Amino acid sequence: MIDTYREGVLVKPYERLSQEQVRLLDKASLSILADPGIWCYNERAAKLFQAHGAKVWEDEKSVSPCWRVTFPAGLVREAVAKAPTRLVLGARKPENRLLLDAEVPRVYFGSGSEANIWIETEMEEFVNAKDGNDKVNVPRFKELRGNSALLSRAAKLCDRLEHLDFFIRPLNIQDPEITPENHDINKFFASLNNITKHVQAGLTTLEKLNDVVRMAEIITGGAESLRENPVVSFIACVFKSPLQIVDDTAEKAFAIVESGLPLVISSSPQGGSSAPIQEAGMVAQINAEILVGITLTQLIREGSPVLYGSVPVRARLDDLHDLYGCPEFNQYNIDCVQLARYYQVPCYSTAGVGDAKVPGMQALFEKLLTHLYMAMSGAQYIHYAFGLLDRTNTFCPVQAVLDNEQIGKIKHCLREPKVNQAEIDDMLRIVKKVMASSHRLYARFARKAMHRGDISNPYRFETKDLEDKVIENALDYMERLEAEPADHLDQATQDQIFKEVPGILPSLREVQTK
Amino acid sequence: METDEFIKAIAFNVVQGRVEAEDEGFDDGLEGQPGVTELVNEALENGVEPKEIVIEALTKSMEEVGEKFERNEYLIPDMLASAECVGVAMDILSPHLIKAGVKSKGKFVIATVAGDLHDIGKNIVAIMLKGAGYQVIDLGTDVSVDIIISAVKENEAPFIGLSALLTTTMRVMGEVVNKLEQEGLRDSVTVLIGGAPTSAAFAQEIGADAHCKDGFDAIDVLKTMAA
Repeated sequence: MIDTYREGVLVKPYERLSQEQVRLLDKASLSILADPGIWCYNERAAKLFQAHGAKVWEDEKSVSPCWRVTFPAGLVREAVAKAPTRLVLGARKPENRLLLDAEVPRVYFGSGSEANIWIETEMEEFVNAKDGNDKVNVPRFKELRGNSALLSRAAKLCDRLEHLDFFIRPLNIQDPEITPENHDINKFFASLNNITKHVQAGLTTLEKLNDVVRMAEIITGGAESLRENPVVSFIACVFKSPLQIVDDTAEKAFAIVESGLPLVISSSPQGGSSAPIQEAGMVAQINAEILVGITLTQLIREGSPVLYGSVPVRARLDDLHDLYGCPEFNQYNIDCVQLARYYQVPCYSTAGVGDAKVPGMQALFEKLLTHLYMAMSGAQYIHYAFGLLDRTNTFCPVQAVLDNEQIGKIKHCLREPKVNQAEIDDMLRIVKKVMASSHRLYARFARKAMHRGDISNPYRFETKDLEDKVIENALDYMERLEAEPADHLDQATQDQIFKEVPGILPSLREVQTK
Repeated sequence: METDEFIKAIAFNVVQGRVEAEDEGFDDGLEGQPGVTELVNEALENGVEPKEIVIEALTKSMEEVGEKFERNEYLIPDMLASAECVGVAMDILSPHLIKAGVKSKGKFVIATVAGDLHDIGKNIVAIMLKGAGYQVIDLGTDVSVDIIISAVKENEAPFIGLSALLTTTMRVMGEVVNKLEQEGLRDSVTVLIGGAPTSAAFAQEIGADAHCKDGFDAIDVLKTMAA
């Protein structure tokens, strides 16, 4: 398909469910789709389902136009089987492309959400009230409203984070000049002009899809090149849980599929409110929703590139907000990864979110719990993994830097074991050599592995004294990364985009410095 | 090869940390080419002066390795590989140097004290000292006070390095110092101690001359004492 792409990490998947349990859940999802079926608020989708054998009737009790749809199992199975097993997510630099293969548990991590708030971090010096010479630096946090300049900054930083494989805009742009009409073109341009990795986002309105596609075509060199190297892809939450197809998102799905670009069919029910909190019920329902979404894409255009997008969360039972950094989150999500593998569709999964409001111990706990576990699942495409705090409400760049280090270590940890005959022979030779020496020390023989990157480095932000300076060290590191020149689009490409795609803020023009 | 070429090749391979031909170096693609062992032997066969090898190839290249370590280009395994190269070269060169009347920097008796089997740190220090030009007499681990004293006497060693990892065995270091005093040897021997539970305060408490936090520190301490 392609021979140059990001390495990610190839894992041996940890499977929570037995194959029998996978089949039970599959059957349960199809049973839900047969009875009670779904509530479809989009007429085109309802008619398309009907034309392919679904039972469709108008829901007369509904205030808005709504069609009840029940699906024969065969319709869903046949359609889902037509979804491609492998797909490419393109990038401005060929080496940053992603190869997603449902049969290969190669894991990629990226950012996500569309937070309204950016958390800026600064160190402030405090003096001990009892001893004026005793000073300590403490991180202080300030909330900024997301805007296009900050999104550009996030994209530029994320280009520098070596373990971030793809970029989903983590920040909503709320400049005074941004309107619903120019929102999409500005968020895509701010991203594409500052990062050479894959860019993905949802559409705010359908109207500007063609402009976004044209922008991407200019970058890749034409319509055909864009389909070969889709530097952008889209997310559509076709379902509002439980089991309701939303009118405008369904329309977006039609348009995106017709554009030939990849689409994530994402569903995010909340266990305890919009889905059962029990694992079997939650997973059966979200799977039913995603299966219908994928069915829709394949009925619109057979073989269209699609990802199985699962974002099941659990409700906090004290306030019914989402609770991400908890065991059930992992259980729901890993089950979905196994189901995606069962259907042979690449999986868009989730990790790295929590309730913590600022970087620190809580954020570390919540993120590590899900980053590690979900990486072990072998999900191909894990979003939400960088910089998010306060569930998905804020994006903190220094947290993204901390997550980068954590994900790097996880990727290293899950690398394939290097145990083969050649390696064993080499090791036996070394053992003999060292035991024949006077000092019996293996240090010299660590060099080869060390130099080829087989041996991990110590935690990048460690402190050696009796104090914890992780955030301060991460902030220093971030400042160094941000001082590096960015890889913007060349001037001619920027000029052409500004000429052909009206409505992009002039402030987003960048001078190519590399 | 001419003398200059031998010197350059030996120095290069010390920096690369290649003891012998089959070793990999810091850079790729060196395996199979002659290492320090082969080159030093060949240089001697071709009449290169042993003293010149020590000064021009070994000493200078170790200085370069030290600089690379300071700049974080090299990590400890790189440094040890280079030090091991020098140690091996010194083993080959020693008889020739003695014949030529060239003295080493001195004999250094090193041991992990009685009751303690930990030797990683002690071995690293031994390699570094050998690489720095000392003649190292490594007594191994779990070494009694009497054996250490006998080795000092027998070799007329001006230096002792004592290592311990356990809080229960570190006190033996004090016994060695006391025994040196009893035997009237204390003034002629410099005692360095090291190991995780030890400290400068402990060195002072037991009457040792210095505490060294690692092998590099040991070499620095010795340099300072010699100055």
